This record gives sequence, structure tokens and C-alpha cells, in this order.
Amino acid sequence: MVNAIVNVPAQAKRGEVIEIRTLARHVMETGFRRTQLGELIPRDILTSFVCTYNGTEIFRAELHPALAANPLLTFTTVATETGTIAFRWTGDNGFAVTETATITVT
Amino acid sequence: MSARPGGWLAAVACILLSCPVTAEIPLAERRSGYEFMGRETRAMQDDDVVNPGMLWVLDGEALWNRKSGAAGRACADCHGDARASMKGVAARHPAFDAARGRPVNLEQRINLCHTERQGAAALAFEGRELLALTAYVARQSRGMPVAPVIDERTKPFLEAGREAFFRRQGQLNLACTQCHDERWGKKLAGSQIPQAHPTGYPLYRLEWQGLGSLQRRLRNCFIGVRAEPYAYGAPEFVELELYLMWRARGMKLEAPAVRP
Amino acid sequence: MTTTRRQFLLLAGASIGAATTARAQLDPNVAAQRKAALDAALRKVVGDAPVRRGRVKLDLPPLIDNGNSVPLAVAVESPMTAADHVRAIHVFTEKNPQPNVVSAHLGPRAGRARLATRIRLADTGTVIAIAQMSDGSFWSDSAEVVVTLSACLEEGLI
Repeated sequence: MVNAIVNVPAQAKRGEVIEIRTLARHVMETGFRRTQLGELIPRDILTSFVCTYNGTEIFRAELHPALAANPLLTFTTVATETGTIAFRWTGDNGFAVTETATITVT
Repeated sequence: MSARPGGWLAAVACILLSCPVTAEIPLAERRSGYEFMGRETRAMQDDDVVNPGMLWVLDGEALWNRKSGAAGRACADCHGDARASMKGVAARHPAFDAARGRPVNLEQRINLCHTERQGAAALAFEGRELLALTAYVARQSRGMPVAPVIDERTKPFLEAGREAFFRRQGQLNLACTQCHDERWGKKLAGSQIPQAHPTGYPLYRLEWQGLGSLQRRLRNCFIGVRAEPYAYGAPEFVELELYLMWRARGMKLEAPAVRP
Repeated sequence: MTTTRRQFLLLAGASIGAATTARAQLDPNVAAQRKAALDAALRKVVGDAPVRRGRVKLDLPPLIDNGNSVPLAVAVESPMTAADHVRAIHVFTEKNPQPNVVSAHLGPRAGRARLATRIRLADTGTVIAIAQMSDGSFWSDSAEVVVTLSACLEEGLI
């Protein structure tokens, strides 16, 4: 099952600021909704997102129920070297998903 | 009485019988729901990277290539590359199925293949798998004109669908045409009423926070007028879908669209 | 993310043809509670430090199609060098059941202090973005958003 779509430019010049866009598949159940019978639907959200570039953390975010379902996160980073950009989402109920993308920096 | 009593009677008859000819939107004035959305929602649809519907399309691609059922076949084994073989398919569904003697929509067509050709259990309507496959197949028709085939075989079903569109129903006693032909562009509870063209299905509806089919949206409308909705896959729904697609003939398919 | 009752009332209003405005009205007690929660959340991040308006640009559509998914973008003016950069961007809302939305941790490697995402808004109100700088200062921007609801909801099904 596709858990996330990540968009990283395949190539970049050293020092260039690149935009990274990520789209995770998650219902982001807030914990504030109720069923027709009035029962609270338990919270089930992504709580943390970490992005590393060849192992070094370049971006981190704490996520809360106020983020939309299937959350989009877009941020930037400086293209420093060729390698792997890794993404990890963690959340309630032991949820954990990772994705990677490669970038060639010239 | 006016000098043209015949004309007066015709006008009254038109109002009483909800004459379709006077209410239908002229072809040139048809606009997709896309045009009634805010700029940001449109941007969400236009960019595959941020369109949440693509999560289902990619899932569908994986399912397309996965062997399934007693026959151990994948869709790809018979249909090859969907980008070529499925081009135009969503644009002409619902389509007549000779074996059943009636039109079937895209979801039903996929299920027919899944059960009869792949020997697998039928996929549940609005389930993750069927939505993913439908989204993947529909995606291949993106940009193509809506073109359901209307001939002697499908005409009676088209007429049944048209009748349903013009029929008052529910506690609110409203017909689809009253909002979507006569009052499109006007406001209902703060939102603009669109013309109700099914050009984007299956689509990601912000209200659902997920992808859903045209029938799911139609059920919302039925609830909206406080009418009992048909079950998923009901023939009445397929007839209505056929009419809606014919009503949108020539408009560009946008699947998977994003809507509020 | 609204209650069943509110949706029903909105639909009932629409069906009677009443002039239903889209602005949902929050119970004043609930609104006060949420404002207090927002203040507490802000204080947790900022402490006693002053928060100045400026350098932060919060982009939100003034009127959105659906509160379930509101596109949000934050940009902060900063050279993003090791000596002078944005350490974090925090987003809060005024009317949601809880005030935090997202906290993003950046650094000089970000190149630019930019964040875009989609958020949920329960009601028309204010969204606040606070940037925490490397020198310990705080800057902010806020925006008002009007939230409407789509018609023909499916409450009562599935």
C-alpha cells in the first residue's frame, strides 16, 4: 500500500535551495469526533515527522490533530551533496512509515 | 387571457410537468465543479504531488499488477499497460454489458473482471481496493471528453436516468434539476451550487477526507433532500450515472478530482 | 469535524430556506475555554518573552471551501545562516478544540524558512504563526479565516 508520496528534485546544484513536498496517507482521526450514538472516536494521528539528509536531520515537525487528513508537508533544504533523503512518520498506535528519495548534487 | 392562450397553457404545463427542455443547461454554458471551487482547492487538484487522490491512484497501480484470484491473474496479464489499454474507458462508462442486458458503471465493470476473469471475490463498493483500481483506471482517461455510448440498447436506461433527475423526491420534495439545472451558481448553506457534472470521479472530497465514488456523492444528495438512498450498485444509480455522463458529454474528464 | 447537531441544524436551516449564514456560532463558554487554552499554549512556547509582529508571513485563503482541509503557508524573513536563522515555526488556532496545529524545527540547513501544509479549522477565527529565532526572539503573524461548510453532508450514513 502506498503510504506516502514524496517529491524531491532528482538533481540539484550544490548550494541550491530545493523544495521538498511530502504527502502522507493517514486518516488523522482527531479524537474529538463522535459516532451517531455519541461515543467518542479515539484519536489516531501522526505525531511526528523527521527528515534526514544522508543521516543528518534537516527538518522535524510535531503534528497535532489540527492537521488535515492525508497531511501535506512542504519545506526546503540546501542541496549539499549527492545521497539519500529519508522521511519518517510516526504516530499513535505504533504507526511508523519511512520513505526515501535520492538526489544527485553537482 | 392573453392573445396566445395556447402559449399560456404550454407554460403552465411546463411548470407542472417540469419540462426538461426548458430546464436543461445549454451545452455551451456547462461548467465543471472545478470552476466553482476556490483557487487553493483547484491547485490541489492540478498538482499530482499534492493531490491526495494520487495516493489511491498509486495503490491502484500496484493492484493492477498484482496477481489475484483462483486464476492467479493480474489485470496487467490481460490488459497490459493501463496507460494504453485503459485510455478512454472511464470516459465511456457506464457502458452496456451484453451479458447482463443493461449498463454497468466502471466499478461494476472492474468487479465483473475481478470475479469472472480473475476468479476472486467481489470487491466491496467504497472499499480501499475497488476505489484504488477505479481511480487508477479513471486517471488514464484524464483530459479526454466524456463520451458514454447512447444507442438503441442504452437509450431506455438513459431515459430512466433522465426521469430520475427530474423527479421530485424525499421529504424536501426536490428534484436534482431544481438545484443543478435551475439554481446552479446560487448559494446553499454558504456554498455555491455546482451544475453536478461527474467529470472528476472517483474524487477526493474534502468533506469525506478521502476518495469516494460518484454513487457515494449521489447518496449524499439523496440524504440532503431526505430521500432514502439506493444501495451501492443499484440499477437506478447506474441509470442516473448514465444520464449524468450524457449530460456532461464532451466535457473533460478530471479524475481524480478534488472537491470541497 | 463538526457535531452532528450542528450539521443537522444547518441543513434544517437550509431546507426551510432561512437565511443561513455560514458563520457557525460557538457557545461563548466554549469560546472562552479555547481562548484560555490558546494563551496557555502560546505561553508554553514563548514563556514571558515579547512576541513582535513582523518578519513572518502567514498565508491562508480568507474564505475556504471546507474546514477539513485549509491550505496554509508560512514564510519567515531570515538569512538562515548559522549565526542568524529560524529555529522553529509554531502554528496555533483560536477556535479549534485544542490550539496546537504544527511545530516545525528548522535550522541553517533549511536554506529558507518556509513551511506549507493543510490544516483543519473548526470555525471561523484566527490562525497564529510564531517564529522562534536563533537569537531567542519571537516574531508572529496572524490571519482571519471564514469557514463555510459544504451542503449535502452524509451524516446518518456509513
